[in-house]
Amino acid sequence: MTDRALAVVRAGALTTVQDQGRPGHAHLGVPRSGALDAPAAALVNRLVGNAPEAAVLETTLNGCAVRPRSTVTVAVGGAPCAITVDGRPAAWGAPLRVPGGALLDIGPARSGVRSYLAVSGGVAVEPVLGSRSTDLLSGLGPAPLTDGTVLPLGPSVRAHARVDVVPHPAPPAELVLRVTLGPRDDWFTAAAVGAFTTHPYTVSTASNRIGLRTEGPALVRAVPGELPSEGMVLGAVQVPPDGRPVVFLADHPTTGGYPVIAVVHPADLPATAQAAPGTPVRFVAVRRRA
Amino acid sequence: MRALPAGDHALLIEVGTGEEAQALHAELLRRRAAGELAVAEIVPAARTVLLDGLDAPSRLAERLASWEVPPVPPRAGDVVEIPVRYDGPDLVDVAAHWDVSEAEVARLHAAAEFRVAFCGFAPGFGYLTGLPREVPRRGTPRTAVPAGSVALAGPYTGVYPRASPGGWQLIGTTDAVLWDHARVPAALLSPGTRVRFVPVGAP
Repeated sequence: MTDRALAVVRAGALTTVQDQGRPGHAHLGVPRSGALDAPAAALVNRLVGNAPEAAVLETTLNGCAVRPRSTVTVAVGGAPCAITVDGRPAAWGAPLRVPGGALLDIGPARSGVRSYLAVSGGVAVEPVLGSRSTDLLSGLGPAPLTDGTVLPLGPSVRAHARVDVVPHPAPPAELVLRVTLGPRDDWFTAAAVGAFTTHPYTVSTASNRIGLRTEGPALVRAVPGELPSEGMVLGAVQVPPDGRPVVFLADHPTTGGYPVIAVVHPADLPATAQAAPGTPVRFVAVRRRA
Repeated sequence: MRALPAGDHALLIEVGTGEEAQALHAELLRRRAAGELAVAEIVPAARTVLLDGLDAPSRLAERLASWEVPPVPPRAGDVVEIPVRYDGPDLVDVAAHWDVSEAEVARLHAAAEFRVAFCGFAPGFGYLTGLPREVPRRGTPRTAVPAGSVALAGPYTGVYPRASPGGWQLIGTTDAVLWDHARVPAALLSPGTRVRFVPVGAP
Protein backbone atom coordinates (compact mmCIF):
# COMPACT_ATOMS: atom_id res chain seq x y z
CA MET A 1 0.00 0.00 0.00
CA THR A 2 1.36 3.37 -0.99
CA ASP A 3 0.90 6.43 1.16
CA ARG A 4 -1.79 7.61 -1.28
CA ALA A 5 -4.50 6.12 0.91
CA LEU A 6 -7.23 6.98 3.35
CA ALA A 7 -7.86 4.93 6.50
CA VAL A 8 -11.45 4.89 7.74
CA VAL A 9 -11.48 5.47 11.50
CA ARG A 10 -15.24 5.91 11.97
CA ALA A 11 -17.40 4.68 9.11
CA GLY A 12 -20.61 6.27 10.40
CA ALA A 13 -24.15 5.01 9.84
CA LEU A 14 -23.70 4.44 6.11
CA THR A 15 -20.79 5.80 4.13
CA THR A 16 -20.29 4.71 0.55
CA VAL A 17 -17.97 5.45 -2.35
CA GLN A 18 -19.83 7.28 -5.12
CA ASP A 19 -19.08 8.78 -8.51
CA GLN A 20 -21.31 9.49 -11.51
CA GLY A 21 -22.54 5.91 -11.53
CA ARG A 22 -22.79 3.26 -14.23
CA PRO A 23 -25.61 4.23 -16.61
CA GLY A 24 -26.03 2.24 -19.81
CA HIS A 25 -26.49 -1.23 -18.30
CA ALA A 26 -30.16 -1.09 -17.30
CA HIS A 27 -31.00 -3.76 -19.90
CA LEU A 28 -28.85 -6.20 -17.90
CA GLY A 29 -30.60 -5.35 -14.64
CA VAL A 30 -27.79 -3.06 -13.45
CA PRO A 31 -28.92 0.10 -11.60
CA ARG A 32 -27.23 3.38 -12.51
CA SER A 33 -26.14 4.16 -8.92
CA GLY A 34 -23.92 7.24 -8.32
CA ALA A 35 -23.98 10.14 -5.84
CA LEU A 36 -27.57 11.01 -4.85
CA ASP A 37 -26.76 14.70 -4.53
CA ALA A 38 -24.77 14.85 -7.74
CA PRO A 39 -24.27 18.65 -7.75
CA ALA A 40 -22.79 18.50 -4.23
CA ALA A 41 -20.41 15.72 -5.28
CA ALA A 42 -19.39 17.70 -8.37
CA LEU A 43 -18.79 20.82 -6.29
CA VAL A 44 -16.49 19.18 -3.72
CA ASN A 45 -14.55 17.55 -6.55
CA ARG A 46 -14.09 20.96 -8.16
CA LEU A 47 -12.95 22.47 -4.86
CA VAL A 48 -10.08 19.97 -4.55
CA GLY A 49 -9.14 20.10 -8.25
CA ASN A 50 -10.54 16.67 -9.15
CA ALA A 51 -12.21 15.78 -12.43
CA PRO A 52 -16.02 15.60 -12.16
CA GLU A 53 -15.93 11.81 -12.45
CA ALA A 54 -13.62 11.31 -9.42
CA ALA A 55 -15.08 9.14 -6.65
CA VAL A 56 -16.04 10.78 -3.35
CA LEU A 57 -17.46 9.55 -0.05
CA GLU A 58 -21.18 9.94 0.63
CA THR A 59 -22.10 9.91 4.34
CA THR A 60 -25.53 9.42 5.89
CA LEU A 61 -26.74 11.53 8.84
CA ASN A 62 -23.77 11.15 11.19
CA GLY A 63 -20.70 11.73 9.02
CA CYS A 64 -17.47 9.73 9.26
CA ALA A 65 -13.81 10.11 10.25
CA VAL A 66 -10.79 9.32 8.09
CA ARG A 67 -7.01 9.55 8.37
CA PRO A 68 -5.05 10.20 5.16
CA ARG A 69 -1.59 8.60 5.06
CA SER A 70 -0.09 11.57 3.25
CA THR A 71 -1.00 15.24 3.05
CA VAL A 72 -4.10 15.79 0.93
CA THR A 73 -6.54 18.53 -0.01
CA VAL A 74 -10.13 17.76 0.94
CA ALA A 75 -13.50 19.47 0.74
CA VAL A 76 -16.77 18.61 2.44
CA GLY A 77 -20.14 19.69 1.05
CA GLY A 78 -23.73 18.55 0.73
CA ALA A 79 -25.33 18.40 4.17
CA PRO A 80 -23.80 21.13 6.41
CA CYS A 81 -21.84 19.71 9.35
CA ALA A 82 -19.02 20.45 11.79
CA ILE A 83 -15.53 19.47 10.60
CA THR A 84 -12.42 19.03 12.69
CA VAL A 85 -8.82 18.20 11.83
CA ASP A 86 -7.07 16.62 14.83
CA GLY A 87 -9.79 18.17 16.97
CA ARG A 88 -9.43 21.72 15.61
CA PRO A 89 -12.47 23.19 13.82
CA ALA A 90 -12.08 23.53 10.06
CA ALA A 91 -14.10 25.03 7.22
CA TRP A 92 -17.08 23.28 5.56
CA GLY A 93 -17.58 23.83 1.84
CA ALA A 94 -14.01 24.97 1.13
CA PRO A 95 -10.70 23.36 0.18
CA LEU A 96 -8.82 22.21 3.25
CA ARG A 97 -5.29 20.86 3.68
CA VAL A 98 -5.11 17.79 5.90
CA PRO A 99 -1.60 16.68 6.89
CA GLY A 100 -0.65 12.99 6.55
CA GLY A 101 -1.64 11.12 9.71
CA ALA A 102 -4.09 13.77 10.90
CA LEU A 103 -7.67 12.82 11.79
CA LEU A 104 -10.38 14.42 9.65
CA ASP A 105 -13.75 14.18 11.38
CA ILE A 106 -16.97 14.96 9.51
CA GLY A 107 -19.67 15.54 12.10
CA PRO A 108 -23.39 14.75 12.04
CA ALA A 109 -25.49 16.62 9.48
CA ARG A 110 -26.83 19.85 11.01
CA SER A 111 -29.51 19.77 8.36
CA GLY A 112 -29.97 17.56 5.35
CA VAL A 113 -28.84 13.93 5.25
CA ARG A 114 -25.77 13.30 3.11
CA SER A 115 -22.39 15.04 3.28
CA TYR A 116 -19.81 14.55 0.55
CA LEU A 117 -16.04 14.29 1.08
CA ALA A 118 -13.75 14.80 -1.89
CA VAL A 119 -10.05 14.03 -1.50
CA SER A 120 -7.46 15.24 -4.00
CA GLY A 121 -6.80 12.39 -6.44
CA GLY A 122 -10.17 10.81 -5.77
CA VAL A 123 -10.98 7.48 -4.14
CA ALA A 124 -9.32 4.97 -6.46
CA VAL A 125 -10.97 1.63 -5.68
CA GLU A 126 -11.24 -0.76 -8.64
CA PRO A 127 -14.10 0.30 -10.96
CA VAL A 128 -16.91 -2.12 -11.79
CA LEU A 129 -18.49 -1.58 -15.23
CA GLY A 130 -16.75 1.77 -15.41
CA SER A 131 -17.84 3.09 -12.02
CA ARG A 132 -16.59 3.02 -8.45
CA SER A 133 -20.04 3.59 -6.97
CA THR A 134 -21.47 1.36 -4.29
CA ASP A 135 -24.84 0.07 -5.46
CA LEU A 136 -26.89 -0.97 -2.44
CA LEU A 137 -29.58 -2.73 -4.48
CA SER A 138 -27.44 -5.10 -6.49
CA GLY A 139 -24.24 -5.12 -4.40
CA LEU A 140 -21.98 -3.92 -7.23
CA GLY A 141 -19.00 -1.74 -6.37
CA PRO A 142 -17.18 -1.52 -3.05
CA ALA A 143 -19.02 -2.54 0.12
CA PRO A 144 -20.19 0.27 2.40
CA LEU A 145 -17.26 1.44 4.50
CA THR A 146 -16.47 -0.18 7.84
CA ASP A 147 -14.10 0.99 10.54
CA GLY A 148 -10.57 0.09 9.45
CA THR A 149 -11.26 0.10 5.69
CA VAL A 150 -8.29 1.52 3.77
CA LEU A 151 -9.16 3.26 0.51
CA PRO A 152 -6.54 3.88 -2.18
CA LEU A 153 -6.33 7.42 -3.57
CA GLY A 154 -5.51 8.41 -7.14
CA PRO A 155 -2.66 10.73 -8.04
CA SER A 156 -3.36 14.38 -7.37
CA VAL A 157 -3.11 16.14 -10.71
CA ARG A 158 -4.39 19.67 -10.47
CA ALA A 159 -4.18 22.55 -8.05
CA HIS A 160 -7.33 22.98 -6.03
CA ALA A 161 -9.77 25.77 -6.74
CA ARG A 162 -8.68 29.17 -5.45
CA VAL A 163 -11.93 30.19 -3.87
CA ASP A 164 -12.92 31.06 -0.34
CA VAL A 165 -16.68 30.64 -0.44
CA VAL A 166 -18.93 28.93 -2.95
CA PRO A 167 -22.73 28.81 -2.91
CA HIS A 168 -24.23 25.56 -1.65
CA PRO A 169 -27.99 25.05 -1.83
CA ALA A 170 -29.46 24.65 1.65
CA PRO A 171 -31.17 21.33 2.45
CA PRO A 172 -34.89 21.65 1.76
CA ALA A 173 -37.29 22.60 4.56
CA GLU A 174 -40.01 21.45 2.18
CA LEU A 175 -39.45 19.24 -0.83
CA VAL A 176 -41.31 20.52 -3.87
CA LEU A 177 -41.05 17.97 -6.66
CA ARG A 178 -42.24 18.87 -10.13
CA VAL A 179 -43.73 15.81 -11.80
CA THR A 180 -45.05 14.91 -15.21
CA LEU A 181 -47.91 12.44 -14.96
CA GLY A 182 -47.56 9.02 -16.52
CA PRO A 183 -46.76 6.55 -17.87
CA ARG A 184 -49.38 4.77 -15.69
CA ASP A 185 -51.47 7.58 -14.19
CA ASP A 186 -54.47 5.96 -15.90
CA TRP A 187 -54.08 3.03 -13.46
CA PHE A 188 -55.32 5.34 -10.69
CA THR A 189 -58.68 6.96 -9.99
CA ALA A 190 -59.06 10.63 -10.91
CA ALA A 191 -59.47 11.31 -7.19
CA ALA A 192 -56.16 9.57 -6.46
CA VAL A 193 -54.32 11.57 -9.15
CA GLY A 194 -55.86 14.73 -7.65
CA ALA A 195 -54.81 13.75 -4.12
CA PHE A 196 -51.28 12.94 -5.28
CA THR A 197 -50.76 16.44 -6.67
CA THR A 198 -52.58 18.42 -3.96
CA HIS A 199 -52.16 16.67 -0.61
CA PRO A 200 -48.90 17.02 1.31
CA TYR A 201 -46.79 13.93 1.95
CA THR A 202 -43.85 13.54 4.31
CA VAL A 203 -40.52 11.76 3.84
CA SER A 204 -40.62 8.32 5.49
CA THR A 205 -37.83 6.92 7.69
CA ALA A 206 -37.77 3.92 5.32
CA SER A 207 -36.17 6.07 2.58
CA ASN A 208 -32.77 5.03 1.24
CA ARG A 209 -30.58 5.23 -1.88
CA ILE A 210 -33.09 3.04 -3.73
CA GLY A 211 -36.13 5.22 -3.13
CA LEU A 212 -37.54 8.17 -1.27
CA ARG A 213 -40.52 6.66 0.52
CA THR A 214 -43.38 8.85 1.60
CA GLU A 215 -46.23 8.87 4.07
CA GLY A 216 -49.57 10.41 3.23
CA PRO A 217 -52.84 9.62 1.49
CA ALA A 218 -52.92 6.14 -0.04
CA LEU A 219 -53.50 6.35 -3.79
CA VAL A 220 -56.44 4.24 -4.94
CA ARG A 221 -56.08 2.22 -8.11
CA ALA A 222 -58.62 2.31 -10.92
CA VAL A 223 -57.08 -0.80 -12.49
CA PRO A 224 -56.65 -3.78 -10.17
CA GLY A 225 -54.22 -6.62 -10.68
CA GLU A 226 -50.59 -6.87 -11.65
CA LEU A 227 -48.73 -4.80 -14.17
CA PRO A 228 -46.30 -6.91 -16.23
CA SER A 229 -42.73 -5.87 -15.35
CA GLU A 230 -41.62 -2.77 -17.25
CA GLY A 231 -38.56 -0.52 -17.40
CA MET A 232 -38.22 2.17 -14.73
CA VAL A 233 -36.59 5.58 -15.10
CA LEU A 234 -34.74 7.60 -12.48
CA GLY A 235 -37.29 9.72 -10.63
CA ALA A 236 -40.20 7.37 -11.39
CA VAL A 237 -42.90 7.67 -8.73
CA GLN A 238 -43.92 4.08 -8.21
CA VAL A 239 -46.98 3.21 -6.16
CA PRO A 240 -46.73 -0.15 -4.33
CA PRO A 241 -49.80 -1.93 -2.93
CA ASP A 242 -49.84 0.22 0.24
CA GLY A 243 -50.64 3.22 -2.01
CA ARG A 244 -47.79 5.45 -0.76
CA PRO A 245 -45.66 6.94 -3.55
CA VAL A 246 -41.97 5.97 -3.74
CA VAL A 247 -39.59 8.18 -5.77
CA PHE A 248 -36.96 6.00 -7.43
CA LEU A 249 -33.41 7.22 -6.72
CA ALA A 250 -29.98 6.18 -8.07
CA ASP A 251 -29.98 2.53 -6.85
CA HIS A 252 -33.53 1.85 -8.11
CA PRO A 253 -34.41 -1.47 -9.76
CA THR A 254 -34.28 -1.30 -13.55
CA THR A 255 -37.66 -2.99 -14.00
CA GLY A 256 -40.70 -3.12 -11.76
CA GLY A 257 -44.25 -4.36 -11.60
CA TYR A 258 -46.03 -1.56 -9.74
CA PRO A 259 -47.53 1.32 -11.72
CA VAL A 260 -45.63 4.59 -12.08
CA ILE A 261 -48.05 7.47 -11.61
CA ALA A 262 -45.57 10.21 -12.56
CA VAL A 263 -41.90 11.05 -13.06
CA VAL A 264 -40.01 13.68 -11.05
CA HIS A 265 -38.19 16.42 -12.98
CA PRO A 266 -34.45 15.49 -12.96
CA ALA A 267 -33.44 18.94 -11.63
CA ASP A 268 -35.51 18.32 -8.49
CA LEU A 269 -33.91 14.98 -7.61
CA PRO A 270 -30.70 16.18 -5.86
CA ALA A 271 -32.82 17.81 -3.13
CA THR A 272 -34.37 14.42 -2.33
CA ALA A 273 -30.91 13.30 -1.18
CA GLN A 274 -31.02 15.93 1.55
CA ALA A 275 -34.65 15.55 2.67
CA ALA A 276 -34.60 14.13 6.20
CA PRO A 277 -37.44 11.89 7.43
CA GLY A 278 -40.44 14.04 8.31
CA THR A 279 -39.72 16.66 5.65
CA PRO A 280 -42.95 17.72 3.91
CA VAL A 281 -43.16 16.72 0.23
CA ARG A 282 -45.41 18.26 -2.40
CA PHE A 283 -45.78 16.77 -5.85
CA VAL A 284 -46.59 19.50 -8.35
CA ALA A 285 -47.89 18.45 -11.76
CA VAL A 286 -46.32 20.31 -14.67
CA ARG A 287 -47.16 20.07 -18.31
CA ARG A 288 -45.11 17.72 -20.35
CA ARG A 289 -42.47 19.39 -22.48
CA ALA A 290 -43.77 19.62 -26.02
CA MET B 1 -48.18 0.02 -30.35
CA ARG B 2 -48.64 2.79 -27.80
CA ALA B 3 -45.92 5.24 -26.75
CA LEU B 4 -46.34 6.49 -23.18
CA PRO B 5 -44.19 9.38 -22.01
CA ALA B 6 -42.14 8.68 -18.86
CA GLY B 7 -40.92 12.11 -17.83
CA ASP B 8 -39.36 14.51 -20.31
CA HIS B 9 -36.61 12.21 -21.60
CA ALA B 10 -38.09 8.74 -21.91
CA LEU B 11 -40.77 6.79 -23.75
CA LEU B 12 -42.35 3.57 -22.60
CA ILE B 13 -43.49 1.76 -25.73
CA GLU B 14 -46.23 -0.74 -25.05
CA VAL B 15 -47.18 -3.56 -27.39
CA GLY B 16 -49.68 -6.41 -27.18
CA THR B 17 -47.53 -9.46 -26.55
CA GLY B 18 -44.12 -10.60 -25.34
CA GLU B 19 -43.21 -11.64 -28.92
CA GLU B 20 -43.99 -8.14 -30.18
CA ALA B 21 -41.87 -6.66 -27.40
CA GLN B 22 -38.93 -8.87 -28.41
CA ALA B 23 -39.37 -7.92 -32.06
CA LEU B 24 -39.58 -4.22 -31.21
CA HIS B 25 -36.47 -4.53 -29.03
CA ALA B 26 -34.55 -6.12 -31.91
CA GLU B 27 -35.73 -3.38 -34.29
CA LEU B 28 -34.71 -0.63 -31.84
CA LEU B 29 -31.24 -2.17 -31.45
CA ARG B 30 -30.94 -2.35 -35.25
CA ARG B 31 -31.95 1.29 -35.66
CA ARG B 32 -29.57 2.42 -32.92
CA ALA B 33 -26.70 0.49 -34.53
CA ALA B 34 -27.59 2.11 -37.88
CA GLY B 35 -27.39 5.56 -36.32
CA GLU B 36 -31.13 6.25 -36.75
CA LEU B 37 -31.86 6.40 -33.03
CA ALA B 38 -29.99 8.31 -30.31
CA VAL B 39 -30.90 6.89 -26.92
CA ALA B 40 -28.97 6.12 -23.72
CA GLU B 41 -30.83 3.00 -22.56
CA ILE B 42 -33.04 0.47 -24.35
CA VAL B 43 -34.73 -1.63 -21.67
CA PRO B 44 -37.05 -4.40 -22.85
CA ALA B 45 -39.58 -5.95 -20.46
CA ALA B 46 -42.66 -8.16 -20.56
CA ARG B 47 -44.87 -6.09 -22.90
CA THR B 48 -42.87 -2.90 -23.24
CA VAL B 49 -39.56 -1.41 -24.30
CA LEU B 50 -38.32 1.63 -22.39
CA LEU B 51 -36.25 4.20 -24.28
CA ASP B 52 -34.45 6.36 -21.72
CA GLY B 53 -32.25 9.34 -22.49
CA LEU B 54 -34.09 10.76 -25.52
CA ASP B 55 -33.78 14.38 -26.66
CA ALA B 56 -37.29 14.64 -28.09
CA PRO B 57 -39.56 11.78 -26.98
CA SER B 58 -42.68 13.28 -28.56
CA ARG B 59 -41.05 13.51 -32.01
CA LEU B 60 -39.93 9.89 -31.77
CA ALA B 61 -43.43 8.86 -30.63
CA GLU B 62 -44.81 10.35 -33.86
CA ARG B 63 -42.21 8.58 -36.02
CA LEU B 64 -42.85 5.23 -34.31
CA ALA B 65 -46.39 5.05 -35.65
CA SER B 66 -45.09 4.50 -39.19
CA TRP B 67 -42.46 1.89 -38.34
CA GLU B 68 -42.57 -1.60 -39.80
CA VAL B 69 -41.37 -3.98 -37.08
CA PRO B 70 -40.41 -7.38 -38.52
CA PRO B 71 -40.86 -10.45 -36.29
CA VAL B 72 -37.73 -11.87 -34.65
CA PRO B 73 -36.24 -14.59 -36.87
CA PRO B 74 -36.54 -17.89 -34.96
CA ARG B 75 -32.88 -18.90 -35.36
CA ALA B 76 -31.10 -15.57 -34.98
CA GLY B 77 -27.86 -15.66 -33.03
CA ASP B 78 -25.89 -18.31 -31.15
CA VAL B 79 -27.39 -20.57 -28.51
CA VAL B 80 -26.02 -20.43 -24.96
CA GLU B 81 -26.14 -23.88 -23.38
CA ILE B 82 -26.60 -24.07 -19.62
CA PRO B 83 -25.89 -27.41 -17.91
CA VAL B 84 -28.51 -28.28 -15.29
CA ARG B 85 -28.93 -30.90 -12.59
CA TYR B 86 -32.70 -31.27 -12.24
CA ASP B 87 -32.61 -31.59 -8.45
CA GLY B 88 -34.66 -28.58 -7.28
CA PRO B 89 -36.86 -28.72 -4.17
CA ASP B 90 -39.96 -27.59 -6.11
CA LEU B 91 -39.84 -30.27 -8.85
CA VAL B 92 -42.60 -32.15 -7.02
CA ASP B 93 -44.88 -29.11 -6.92
CA VAL B 94 -44.27 -28.21 -10.57
CA ALA B 95 -44.91 -31.83 -11.58
CA ALA B 96 -48.20 -31.70 -9.66
CA HIS B 97 -49.20 -28.41 -11.36
CA TRP B 98 -48.51 -29.83 -14.78
CA ASP B 99 -49.90 -33.26 -13.88
CA VAL B 100 -46.76 -35.02 -15.11
CA SER B 101 -43.84 -36.85 -13.47
CA GLU B 102 -40.80 -35.00 -12.14
CA ALA B 103 -38.69 -36.59 -14.89
CA GLU B 104 -41.15 -35.19 -17.45
CA VAL B 105 -40.76 -31.67 -15.99
CA ALA B 106 -37.02 -31.98 -16.55
CA ARG B 107 -37.56 -33.39 -20.04
CA LEU B 108 -39.93 -30.59 -21.06
CA HIS B 109 -37.58 -27.92 -19.70
CA ALA B 110 -34.54 -29.40 -21.43
CA ALA B 111 -36.42 -29.91 -24.72
CA ALA B 112 -37.53 -26.29 -25.09
CA GLU B 113 -35.58 -23.48 -26.72
CA PHE B 114 -35.74 -20.27 -24.76
CA ARG B 115 -35.00 -16.65 -25.51
CA VAL B 116 -34.03 -13.97 -22.99
CA ALA B 117 -37.02 -11.62 -23.13
CA PHE B 118 -35.56 -9.16 -20.66
CA CYS B 119 -33.36 -8.80 -17.58
CA GLY B 120 -34.10 -7.35 -14.19
CA PHE B 121 -34.37 -8.21 -10.49
CA ALA B 122 -30.56 -8.57 -10.23
CA PRO B 123 -27.62 -8.01 -12.59
CA GLY B 124 -27.58 -10.89 -15.05
CA PHE B 125 -31.01 -12.28 -14.13
CA GLY B 126 -32.81 -13.04 -17.39
CA TYR B 127 -36.51 -13.69 -17.86
CA LEU B 128 -36.53 -16.47 -20.46
CA THR B 129 -39.60 -17.22 -22.58
CA GLY B 130 -40.33 -20.48 -24.36
CA LEU B 131 -41.73 -22.56 -21.51
CA PRO B 132 -44.37 -24.97 -22.87
CA ARG B 133 -46.62 -24.43 -19.80
CA GLU B 134 -46.95 -21.84 -17.08
CA VAL B 135 -46.55 -22.33 -13.36
CA PRO B 136 -47.53 -20.00 -10.46
CA ARG B 137 -44.99 -18.44 -8.12
CA ARG B 138 -44.57 -20.04 -4.72
CA GLY B 139 -47.18 -18.88 -2.23
CA THR B 140 -44.44 -17.87 0.20
CA PRO B 141 -41.16 -16.63 -1.24
CA ARG B 142 -37.94 -18.12 0.11
CA THR B 143 -35.73 -15.77 2.11
CA ALA B 144 -32.65 -17.37 0.52
CA VAL B 145 -32.35 -18.97 -2.91
CA PRO B 146 -28.86 -20.30 -3.72
CA ALA B 147 -26.88 -18.91 -6.67
CA GLY B 148 -27.25 -21.08 -9.75
CA SER B 149 -30.82 -22.14 -8.95
CA VAL B 150 -32.80 -22.83 -12.13
CA ALA B 151 -36.35 -21.69 -11.57
CA LEU B 152 -39.81 -21.17 -13.08
CA ALA B 153 -42.53 -18.56 -12.52
CA GLY B 154 -45.47 -17.64 -14.73
CA PRO B 155 -44.41 -17.97 -18.38
CA TYR B 156 -40.71 -17.58 -17.51
CA THR B 157 -37.69 -19.63 -16.59
CA GLY B 158 -34.52 -18.10 -15.18
CA VAL B 159 -31.34 -18.70 -13.22
CA TYR B 160 -30.51 -16.87 -10.00
CA PRO B 161 -27.10 -15.21 -10.64
CA ARG B 162 -26.38 -14.99 -6.90
CA ALA B 163 -27.96 -15.94 -3.59
CA SER B 164 -31.02 -13.81 -2.93
CA PRO B 165 -34.60 -14.00 -1.68
CA GLY B 166 -36.99 -15.32 -4.32
CA GLY B 167 -40.45 -16.65 -5.01
CA TRP B 168 -39.84 -18.75 -8.12
CA GLN B 169 -40.22 -22.55 -8.23
CA LEU B 170 -36.76 -24.15 -8.05
CA ILE B 171 -36.35 -27.13 -10.38
CA GLY B 172 -32.59 -27.46 -10.73
CA THR B 173 -29.07 -26.20 -10.25
CA THR B 174 -26.32 -25.04 -12.62
CA ASP B 175 -22.62 -24.35 -12.19
CA ALA B 176 -22.75 -21.80 -15.03
CA VAL B 177 -21.65 -18.32 -13.91
CA LEU B 178 -24.48 -16.01 -14.91
CA TRP B 179 -22.78 -12.81 -13.81
CA ASP B 180 -19.10 -11.94 -13.34
CA HIS B 181 -18.35 -8.25 -13.45
CA ALA B 182 -14.69 -8.96 -14.17
CA ARG B 183 -15.66 -10.90 -17.31
CA VAL B 184 -16.44 -9.32 -20.69
CA PRO B 185 -19.36 -9.47 -21.15
CA ALA B 186 -20.29 -9.59 -17.47
CA ALA B 187 -23.71 -11.11 -18.16
CA LEU B 188 -23.94 -14.60 -19.68
CA LEU B 189 -27.51 -13.78 -20.75
CA SER B 190 -28.67 -10.52 -22.28
CA PRO B 191 -31.98 -9.67 -23.96
CA GLY B 192 -32.40 -11.58 -27.21
CA THR B 193 -29.98 -14.42 -26.32
CA ARG B 194 -31.18 -17.93 -27.26
CA VAL B 195 -30.78 -20.48 -24.46
CA ARG B 196 -31.00 -24.26 -24.03
CA PHE B 197 -30.76 -26.19 -20.78
CA VAL B 198 -28.69 -29.37 -21.01
CA PRO B 199 -29.33 -32.06 -18.37
CA VAL B 200 -26.23 -33.34 -16.55
CA GLY B 201 -25.91 -36.11 -13.93
CA ALA B 202 -28.71 -38.09 -12.35
CA PRO B 203 -31.95 -36.22 -11.63
